[in-house]
Amino acid sequence: MSGRHGIPKSRWLPAYVTVYLAFLYLPILLLPIFSFNNAATTTFPLAGFTTKWYASLWHNTALLEAARNSMIVGISVAILSTVLGICAARAITRYRFRGQRAATGLIMAPLFLPEIIFAVSLLMIILQLGVELSLVTVILGQVIFCLPYAMSVLISGFGGFDRSLEEASLDLGETAIGTFRRVTLPVVAPALVSSLLVSFTVSLDEFILAFFLSGTEPTLPVYIWGQLRFAAKLPGVLALGSVMILISILLLTLSEIIRRRAEHRLRAQGALNA
Amino acid sequence: MPETPMITIEAVNKFYGIYKALDDVSLDIAAGEFFSLLGPSGCGKTTLLRSIAGFDTPSTGDIRIDGQSVIGTPPNRRPTNMVFQSYAIFPHLDVEENVAYGLKRLKLDASEERRRVGAALDQVRLGHLGKRRAHELSGGQRQRVALARALVMRPKVLLLDEPLSALDKKLREEMQVELRSLQKAVGITFILVTHDQYEALALSDRIAVMFGGRIAQVATPKEIYQRPTTRQVADFLGGMNFMKARITGETATRLSVETPRFGGVTLDKPLGFSARNGTATIGIRPERLRVLWDDARSDFEVAGRVVDRHYFGEITHLIVDIPGMEQPLSVSETNNFGADDIPVGDAVRLAYDPDALVALSD
Repeated sequence: MSGRHGIPKSRWLPAYVTVYLAFLYLPILLLPIFSFNNAATTTFPLAGFTTKWYASLWHNTALLEAARNSMIVGISVAILSTVLGICAARAITRYRFRGQRAATGLIMAPLFLPEIIFAVSLLMIILQLGVELSLVTVILGQVIFCLPYAMSVLISGFGGFDRSLEEASLDLGETAIGTFRRVTLPVVAPALVSSLLVSFTVSLDEFILAFFLSGTEPTLPVYIWGQLRFAAKLPGVLALGSVMILISILLLTLSEIIRRRAEHRLRAQGALNA
Repeated sequence: MPETPMITIEAVNKFYGIYKALDDVSLDIAAGEFFSLLGPSGCGKTTLLRSIAGFDTPSTGDIRIDGQSVIGTPPNRRPTNMVFQSYAIFPHLDVEENVAYGLKRLKLDASEERRRVGAALDQVRLGHLGKRRAHELSGGQRQRVALARALVMRPKVLLLDEPLSALDKKLREEMQVELRSLQKAVGITFILVTHDQYEALALSDRIAVMFGGRIAQVATPKEIYQRPTTRQVADFLGGMNFMKARITGETATRLSVETPRFGGVTLDKPLGFSARNGTATIGIRPERLRVLWDDARSDFEVAGRVVDRHYFGEITHLIVDIPGMEQPLSVSETNNFGADDIPVGDAVRLAYDPDALVALSD
């Protein structure tokens, strides 16, 4: 805290922050801007406002097919990652065991490994096994990749869970099943929802694994990649991209709101336990 | 004990691997009694409490509540309720819903449930906070919710696991008074686990002091403080001056000793006493030694020199070196008469009552 008063305020600081944020977000802003532009090329000046690129999305069966694939993959990955994450996060937050840190580190590692190496290795194994590439292989690959995200959300959710809450419920006459329904589930529910949303979002945007493992059933990012070869398709891709960004931001914001509210509640509850 | 005890602990052992958490514990607790389990951390007091609640199962031995063995009965079917150290207030429910949590299982009609919840909250003076959530409550208020939530179930026995340890000193003292009067009002058997000897002394009808999984002594607060039977108990319950004394005579119940400076005395022999090289450990509490001012005289006095002085506001501790004694005596004197002004190095004479001397097992 003391340093905050020690650093003199610079006139350049606001300018620096502006440039910084522009660098981060201006490119993404271009996407929605050109998606409403009444021209097939992405050049200024803008040629007028149109929503026709968005309208065209609805008539593109290949795109709708890809969107359907993405939904199947996203929902499956979200559920699988969350279920696996629950088991691991519960073990890590509740018990002390040998190799606990190593296990945590290994589960989190895919977050930091080069994804393309990961994808190539998976592809090699799958081909060796003679398994057909399909949405199932995409799902399996993405689960490994989404698990760290699910885990970090769940660990922070379960970390504040006071075990004596369950004991208190039993003590007050409730059965084990009743305790799970009336205490455990409602208390960890925000973390579960948050984990589902984060995993889904990560899966929705994921390209490399989907590209390597999807075979003939592209997900949305893979479909977009394919469309980029045709200049005429570009505005449609921009519209689709804008929709995906919007969905991702909404889902992530929602999950963060849920996670923070739950954490605040648990922290306040656990403050005295420390 | 005239009637059937509310709780009987019979030869209970609890092993965790080779570690013995409870070592042959036997205990009777009467109905309506405020009973404390006192000891340092790891002494087994919490394990014993959790065994009564049903969260731990004794390896051997029996626990009976109101005459019924509860071994094998899960916590949700025991006539006990517990106030947890962390209070364990359900964070997703408000105060009223927390208190009503256990009642929901009883399927009371709505008005009866509301009445009991309201009565329980009034009992702990929280009637006005029914709609608050746990994170909107102070530590003391959470403690009250936990009490109300347990008491509303009308248990035969209320178990309290270090309920005051998370509170600051002033609030803790207020809650002690409140807890005591609450217990008098509801008349339920309370079993309190604590490591705070003052809390145990202030609240309890009887105290069991535990060390290393064993019960060292069970007695009333006054007896356990004034007549500890072992050196460990004496030490845990407050300051005590120890000295070695030569045994001059011994019967089944009495012990005659020659002390270094406190003369020859005959004392009650503590349970499990065995002499070491013909000597016994004798103790006297620091506040049972009094400074003799000016030319005041006492039939029983020792003389020495002040070597150190510690000021504690209402009292002063004088450390007095007595020629011929191995250890200097610690004297706790109130500051009414100026004990806080006695200079280090001054000679003092100390009066004592021979009845304050107590023989201890090592």
